[in-house]
Amino acid sequence: MDSDVRPSLAVWTFASCDGCQLTLLDCEDELLPLTGRLRIAHFLEMSTAEDSQEPATLAGTGPYDLSLVEGSVTTAEDVQRIHHIRRISRRLVTIGACATAGGVQALRNFADVEAFRAAVYASPEYIATLDTSTPISTHVPVDFELRGCPIDRGQLLEVITAFLAGRRPNISGHSVCFECKRRGTTCITVAHGTPCLGPVTHAGCGALCPAYGRGCYGCFGPVAQPNLESMVSQLRHDGMSERDVLRVFRTFNAASPEYAPVPGLAAQGSTEPPAEEEPR
Amino acid sequence: MSHRGSRVLRLDALARVEGEAGLHLTVHDGTVAEARLRIYEPPRFFEAFLVGRGHGEPPDITSRICGICPVAYQMTACQAVERACGVTVGGPLAELRRLLYYGEWIESQSLHIHLLHAPDFFGHPSAVELARDQRGAVERGLRIKQAGNAIMEQLGGRAIHPINVRIGGFYRAPAPAELVPLAERLRRAHDDALETVRWVSGFDFPDAAYDGPLLAMRDPGRYAIDSGTPAVMAAGAGSNGATSVGALPVEEFEHHVVERQVPHSTALVSELDGHHYLTGSLARYAISGQWLHPSALEAAREAGLGDPATGAVCRNPFRSIIVRAVEVAHAVAEALRIIDAYEPPSRPYVEVPPRSATGCAATEAPRGLLYHRYAMDADGTLTLARIVPPTAQNQAAIEDDLRRQVQSRLDGPGEPADDEELTALCERAVRNHDPCISCSAHFLDLTVERG
Repeated sequence: MDSDVRPSLAVWTFASCDGCQLTLLDCEDELLPLTGRLRIAHFLEMSTAEDSQEPATLAGTGPYDLSLVEGSVTTAEDVQRIHHIRRISRRLVTIGACATAGGVQALRNFADVEAFRAAVYASPEYIATLDTSTPISTHVPVDFELRGCPIDRGQLLEVITAFLAGRRPNISGHSVCFECKRRGTTCITVAHGTPCLGPVTHAGCGALCPAYGRGCYGCFGPVAQPNLESMVSQLRHDGMSERDVLRVFRTFNAASPEYAPVPGLAAQGSTEPPAEEEPR
Repeated sequence: MSHRGSRVLRLDALARVEGEAGLHLTVHDGTVAEARLRIYEPPRFFEAFLVGRGHGEPPDITSRICGICPVAYQMTACQAVERACGVTVGGPLAELRRLLYYGEWIESQSLHIHLLHAPDFFGHPSAVELARDQRGAVERGLRIKQAGNAIMEQLGGRAIHPINVRIGGFYRAPAPAELVPLAERLRRAHDDALETVRWVSGFDFPDAAYDGPLLAMRDPGRYAIDSGTPAVMAAGAGSNGATSVGALPVEEFEHHVVERQVPHSTALVSELDGHHYLTGSLARYAISGQWLHPSALEAAREAGLGDPATGAVCRNPFRSIIVRAVEVAHAVAEALRIIDAYEPPSRPYVEVPPRSATGCAATEAPRGLLYHRYAMDADGTLTLARIVPPTAQNQAAIEDDLRRQVQSRLDGPGEPADDEELTALCERAVRNHDPCISCSAHFLDLTVERG
C-alpha cells in the first residue's frame, strides 16, 4: 500500500522451536491493536501474504523497518540468509536464547556432530548441517538482543513499543535475584538450600522458578559479569555434583561465552571430598 | 495454461504452519507422478544430546522441541521416564497434569483454528485481514486462546515451556483458590467454544477424503489424551468404524511404526505396518468421539459431524477445523470439571528413583500421537532416547492427500487448473493437517517447469 505509513515488521526464523515468534501470537489482547500501528510485512507463521517482489530466497526484498530474528545459525544457507536479512532490515532485534546464544542445539558445539548425525539418521550424508549452532551476532551486527527460552511477552511488547517510539528498550540487565526480591519470594537457597542459578542469570522471566519452589535453571542466560566462581562453589555447597553443575550450565544457553570457565570450576570443586562440605 | 504435458511445481516454503517445509509436485500428462512434502527444517539432534543427561531432564529439554506444544513433550517424557522407573502418578496429580494439557490443547487448537486455518476459508492471507470482516470471530478465538494460556501460566508458570513440570508431578501444586479465576474465564470460554463450533461448521468445505488407517490413543470411557493405548482404525472404516479398532500396546509401537529416512526431508517418515496413516484430530474423533464431554458431543452432532457412538467418522481433512473446535469445547468443559473437583495433593510430586530400565509412553499432542522411549542406567543417566512426533508420522499421509486432491482437481470438470490455483490447493491441503514442522517445517513458494 503506497499510502500505508505504518512501519513494517518482519519476523524471521532459524533453527528453533518457534516458541519466541509464537510469543507475538500469544499477545492476544495486543495483537490486533498492534497491527494498527505496524504493518506485518513478513511473518510466515502468521500470514501467507508476501511482498510482491519477494523472491524464492525466503528472505524477501524489504526493506523492513524492524526485523525480529528467532533461532540460531546451523546451516550454510542460514549464513547467507542472515546476511541478506541484515541488508534489508533497518533495525534487527534477536529474540530468544537460540538467536542470542545458539540455543539448546548448541550442545553440538561440545560434541562430535558426525556422531550426532549418525545417532539420528540412517543416511547422515543427506543431512547438510554445520558443526556448530551460533547466535545471530556471530554473523551480523545486531541492534538489540532479547533473552530467554522463551522470551517474555511483556519484554517483547516493550521492545516493539520502544521501536515505535524511537527509543532504546527499557530492559534492565540485573539478575533474577532482583526479581525474586521484587516479587517477595523468600530466597529458596537461603531458606531451603535449593541450588539456584538466580545470582548469575539475566532477569526477564519475573523469577518464576523460585516462586514455584524450584531453583532457577538459567533459561535467560548469563548476566553481564557473572561471578561464576562463587556460583559454582555455592551450587556444590547446596549439593550439586560436578556433573550436575556442568549440565545445568550446558542446557539452553550452553554456548554463552560467559559460561566457558564452568567446566574447569566444576572439576576444581570435585577434588574436595564431599565430607568437607559444610553441613547445612 | 494447459494441464497437459509435464510440469514440476516446487513450493519452497509453507506459511501458517509451525516450522519450515516446502512441497515438490510433478505432473505428467495430467497425472500426479510425485507429491513430496519437503521438510528442510535444520536438524537439532535432540535424541543425540539427551544421551548422557539425567533422567529428570527430558521434560525440560524435550519441551524445547516445540514452542506450540511443549506440554505434550513434557507429559510424554514424564510418563516414559516414570514407566521405566516403575512409578505411576495418579490421583490429583494426574488430574492436574490433565488440566495443564487441556490448557495447551485449548491454546494450540484455537491458534490453529483462528490464526492458521480459518483465513483459508475466506481467502485471506492472515487473521489480521480476516479480522476486517470477521472481527468478532477472531476476537472470540483470541479469548479462547487466552483462557488456555491462562491455565498454562497459572499451573505451569508460563505458556511456552512451562517450568512447573517435573517427573513425578509438579514443583508446586496450586491452592484451590488460585484456580478460581481460571474457572470464571473458562465458563466464558465454554460459550465461546460452542459458538466457534457453530461458526466453523458453516464454512464451505470441498469434497475430500483420507481413507487410510487412523491412529490415536484409546481409553474406553474417556476421550483419550494422556492415557490409554494406541489404537488403529483400519483403512476405509467409517460406517461401522467402532468395530474395526485394533489395539497396539505402546511397548510394541516401534514394531509397527517404523521410521525411515528419505532424501528430501530432515524429518523421518513413519509407516504403520508398511502403510501411510493419519494421526491427529480426525483419528481421535473416529476412535474416541463417543466419549467426548456431552456438551461437545452435542455440538459435534449439530455441526454435522455425525454421531461417533453409531460409528460416524469424519474423513474429510478440510472438516478437521470442526473437529478441532469440538475438541476445544471438550477441553474447556473438562478443565472446568477438574477445577471444580480439585482437592490439592498431599505432596506436589512422587519420588521417581532411577533404575536401569527402559520406558516408553505415548500421548495425544494437539497435532497427533507423540511417542517417547528412554533407556537409562542405574544412576538415571540416559543411554538412549527415541522420539516419534506427530508430523513425522503424518508426512506420508499428507503426501498421499496432496496427490489425491491435486489429481481430483486435474480430473474434475471445469477450467484447467493453473499453477496459482494448485499452489493454493496444496497449501490448504497441508494446513488441514496442522503440521508442526519444527517438531520434525513454514511457507510454500512455487516455481513451475512445464514440459
